[in-house]
Order: sequence, then structure tokens, then C-alpha cells
Amino acid sequence: MKRFAGFLYKEIYHIIRDMRTLIVLIGMPVVQLLLFGYVLTNEIKDAKIAILDHSKDEVTSELTQKFLSSGYFKLSRELQSENEINTLFQEGDIKEVIVFEEDFARKFEKDGNAKIQIINDASEPNTANLLVNYTNAIISDYVRQSNRTSTAAPGIIPEVQMAYNANLKGVFMFVPGIIAMLLILISALMTSITITREKELGTMEVLLVSPLRPFQIVLGKVAPYILIAFINVVIILLVSNIVFHVPVRGSVVLLLAESTLYIITALSLGILISTITNSQQVAMMLSLIGLMLPTIMLSGFIYPVENMPLPLQIICQLMPPKWFIIIIKNIMLKGVGFTYVWKETLVLLGMTAFFITLSVKKFKNRLE
Amino acid sequence: MEKNAVIAENLSKSFKKVNAVKSVSFGIGKGELFGFIGPDGAGKSTLFRMLVTLLLPDEGKASISGLDVVSDFRKVRNILGYMPGKFSLYQDLTVEQNLNFYATIFGTTVKENYHLIKDIYVQIEPFKNRLAGNLSGGMKQKLALSCALIHKPEVLVLDEPTTGVDAVSRKEFWEMLGRLKHEGITILVSTPYMDEAILCDRVALIQDGSILRIDKPDEITKSFGKPVFAVKSDRTHDLILDLKSFRGVEAANLFGNQVHVVMNNSDVDAGQITTFLKEKGQTSLDVREIEAGIEDCFIDLMINKS
Repeated sequence: MKRFAGFLYKEIYHIIRDMRTLIVLIGMPVVQLLLFGYVLTNEIKDAKIAILDHSKDEVTSELTQKFLSSGYFKLSRELQSENEINTLFQEGDIKEVIVFEEDFARKFEKDGNAKIQIINDASEPNTANLLVNYTNAIISDYVRQSNRTSTAAPGIIPEVQMAYNANLKGVFMFVPGIIAMLLILISALMTSITITREKELGTMEVLLVSPLRPFQIVLGKVAPYILIAFINVVIILLVSNIVFHVPVRGSVVLLLAESTLYIITALSLGILISTITNSQQVAMMLSLIGLMLPTIMLSGFIYPVENMPLPLQIICQLMPPKWFIIIIKNIMLKGVGFTYVWKETLVLLGMTAFFITLSVKKFKNRLE
Repeated sequence: MEKNAVIAENLSKSFKKVNAVKSVSFGIGKGELFGFIGPDGAGKSTLFRMLVTLLLPDEGKASISGLDVVSDFRKVRNILGYMPGKFSLYQDLTVEQNLNFYATIFGTTVKENYHLIKDIYVQIEPFKNRLAGNLSGGMKQKLALSCALIHKPEVLVLDEPTTGVDAVSRKEFWEMLGRLKHEGITILVSTPYMDEAILCDRVALIQDGSILRIDKPDEITKSFGKPVFAVKSDRTHDLILDLKSFRGVEAANLFGNQVHVVMNNSDVDAGQITTFLKEKGQTSLDVREIEAGIEDCFIDLMINKS
């Protein structure tokens, strides 16, 4: 035990001595979060729209008012005829045109089938998609509030529900993804580097010849990073809550426990990488390309898994971050308890056990 | 010598294409200072790594203090001090932290065995708060030796400890090894420098994975049996070529500023060589018969083996 403590101290000295890396490790999550939250956000403000109102009645003016006061849209032009729409889009300034059909108010109140045409400049598909969603949300909101219809289903527009992120805040979606990505980065990358560094320096030879057991070496290597990664989770949660008002609706304890499980998954991946290679550079490349990229691309963090071709979907199921993101989204945004995420937790637990067994088996007692 | 502290029997190890160590056997007595002398790539490091339980031998066995290096490897690791070819120091830790670290992982303290490393450590103690990475080569070597010694190993294995270290530090280092021997520690040391061979109790000349000869250094030189001449002139390069054309010359090699010539018969004297060289146009000649050195013996063994 004393031996292990001595080893652990040494690892802590290494980390403290390399202050710059430590600052990067602690500071990076904040920077990333702010980047994703502010700069790379897919929220839209003041998108320029044009309105073609064939009806010009009470309902259309109310709806128009609602659109414009939402903050998402800004009225650029009022159109008189459909012919103008094409040239307008070609100019490229206008992102969306909303067309009310004739006799809108009457059809809405009596028949419940008033039609709104929403035309988008889909050369930017993501923006177009978002704008449609915003528009839909505003319309259905109006329908719900107006209450003037006697018909059960007014049916102007198919209802689009923006559940759990009523304001469509991008940062809500990013926070779980960022946690998943950063934990992989810190845990896997740093462990694989710290172990391969000993191999490169030749100190691993002496460590192996010493009475220290391999599992003590590995544990001593990863223990400090568990702590650092855990601190990171806390920082990310705090910053996202204070700056972006991202809530943690579920249990914080459960969230932190699941995060710790995921940290251990990532660490075991890092150990696995370090058993494959003897060079720090290879370890770094493997961690970045083999772990970071898939975490961003295949975990559902940015691209929805359901839209991928089947082979990729299968690969996605094998990505630990995919399951972790589901878990924390559920806990943070839906506020559910363990009974709703136990399946995903079990998957993650299985993966962790698999990777730990594999890496301990592969971590050799000798040089070959 | 007392009973053998290190025994190797027909140790062999090959990597993909190279037979690094070929059926090597030896016995090293307790408290002996034993040198493995051979050029780079001779298989010294591979041999040492098998002895210190880092590599598994393909064939043969080895034991340290009676403990098999394969089956009892955990016990072996407790009684072994090992200093690999690269000084195994943590560059970003201080001198003191390095030493304390190695003491702790071997379950001891610096205080407990301070007497062992005292002679060495006093020289680096003034720099104990300096990072190991900022030490000079000789200092690093002394620190690495202290780290390998701090748990009072029964057997100390030093892989090329003097490579890349200045001449003064090399000399001091060998003096330290001499003192450690008196503590009863068995020392195995490898080196590519043949002049260090005479500082060992016994040496094994090793080349291409095989041991050419094991003996006391003076026995090796005594049993050489061929006349050796040291020749000096002011045109050293031509000198070797000229000498090789002389009858009965087995080898002519440059040693510093002179050429050592080994003859295959003893009916030649210095005068004959001088006359021959003068005919070749060499000037400022100095030819003397000398005792064979360990290097002459080693080169001779290498030539006659191949």
C-alpha cells in the first residue's frame, strides 16, 4: 500500500510540474463550452422573412405580430404577389416567406383548415429546418391560445412539439455532447500518453522490474485523471448552468455517478491504447482519431443516429459516448431517475468491464 | 568464489529475424564484478533483460540467487537492482524525489540504506532540489545508480552505465563499483569500452549473441600467445595499409595514435618491421614490442571466430 502511495505521489508530482497541461485540461472545458454555446450555436436570431398576406384579416395580423415579436424573425418585406418570391430568394437576403391564403380568418374559425405556406431558402438546410420548426411552434402556440375554435382539432398546421427544449436552445443539446467528448479526450488521451511516456523514457523497464504489480502501476496512473475529469464535469455543469441556464432536472448525484462510470470507461480505453503502442505520438493519434472523432460524429452528439445508414448505425451502438449522452440528456433535461436509464447504464457498465478486462490482460508483466 | 549468484544455462532469445542471444551459459560468483564486453548489437541488453525478468528466454534457464527468472520472477524482482541503458530517471522530478520514489516502490526508505549510496549521493546532494532533467550526464548516471541501489539489491545489473558519460565520470563510476563489491553485492555490468574490461573481476567477451570467452582480464591477455607490436609514424593511414602487406601480419588496428600489429609467428622483431616500413617510405618510425592488451585479444577473437 505504501508502495502504491509512493507511486501515486509521483504521478501527482508529474501533473503538478506540468502546470501548462493542467491549466489546459481544466480550462479547455470552459472554452469549449463557451465556443459551442455562443459561437457554434445553431440558434437563430432575427432571421429576415417576408410575408405575403392574401387575407389581411384579424387572425393573420395577430399571427404576423406573434412571429415578429418572437425575436427569431424580422420582417424585411411585405409582398403583394407570389411572383415576387422567386426574385426575393435569389437576392439571398430572405430566409423564409410566409404566405397566408385568402379568407384565412374565416377558414380558421369555421372550418379549421386555414392554410399557411412556409417557403424556405433550403440552401442552408439546417437553418431552414430550424426556421420551419420555429414557425410551426409559434403557429401551434397561437392555435392553442386563441381558443376561438369550436372544432376539436383546428388543423391549420401539423403540431410540432419542442419538448424538453421549448426554446430550441442549441446549448442544451451541446452540453451533454461536450461532457462526453471532453471526458474521452482528457481520460483516454492523458492516460494513454502518461503510460506510453514511461515506455518511451525507459522508466517502464524499472517499474516492471520493481515489486510494483502492473495493476498498481495502471491504477496509480489513472487515479489522478479520474479526479481531474470529475472536476471537469462539475465545472462544465456549473458553467452551463450559470451562463446558459442549462438545468439539471434530475438527480445531481445520479448524474455525477454516471459521469464517473463513463470516466472509467474512457480511462480503460486509454489504457488499452497504451498497451497497443510504445510511442506517445501514436497514442495521441489513436486517441484523437480513434476516439475523439467517433465521439463527435457517431455518438448522436451532432448528427442524429437515426438518419445514418444502417452499417453506421450499428457502429454507433458500439460507441460508449452514444449511451452516455442518452443517459445524461435524460437526467439533465428530462429529469428522469435511474429507472429510466438503467438499460443504458448497464450497456456502459458492460463495455467498461470488457475494456478493463481486455486492457489488464494486455498490459504485460514484461517487455514483450 | 562462493556459490554462484547468477547462473545462465544455454540462454537463447531471438526476435523476428535476429538471433539476439545464442545459447549463452555462465556462472557468476557472489560478490563478483562481472563485465560483459562487446560492441553495440552484440546482444548484451537482450541478455540482461532476460536476467532481470523483462524478457522470456526462448530456450535455456537462468537464476538469480537460486531463483528462476521465469517462474520466480516476482521474488527475483525484489532482490534485483537494474539500471537500463537509458538512465531511468524522471526528468521532471527533482533528484531527491527520484530517489525517494525508487526507495518507496521497493518498500524501503532512503534513510535505511543511505550508507550504501552515501559515497555516490554526497556528490549530487548539493543539487537535490534540481530537476533530474537538468543534470549533466555524469550526474544523471550517479543518480540512476543511487536509485538502483537504494533497496540494497543482492544483484545489481547495469546496462552500459558509462555510455555517453565523460572520461572523468567513467573513472569515478568504476571506483564506486569497486567499493560496492565490498558490500557483497554481485555486479553485472555491460560496456562497449574494452578498456573497462580490466576493471572487472572477470569478463565475458560477447559478439553476435555468443560468448567468445569468459576469463579474468589478465588471464585473457596472458594467454594471447602472439607477438604484438606498437607502431607509430607520421602517416598513420598509410601505415596500416603498409603493415598489412608485411608478411605474417594477422591484424593491424589503430589504437589512438599508434597501430597495433599482431603477428602470426614469433620470428619477427621490431628491427625487421622498421626496415620494411622505411622501404615503404615511412618516416619518424617508432616500433616496439608490447604486451597484448584486452582489446588486441578481443579483436583477435572476433577475427578468428568468423
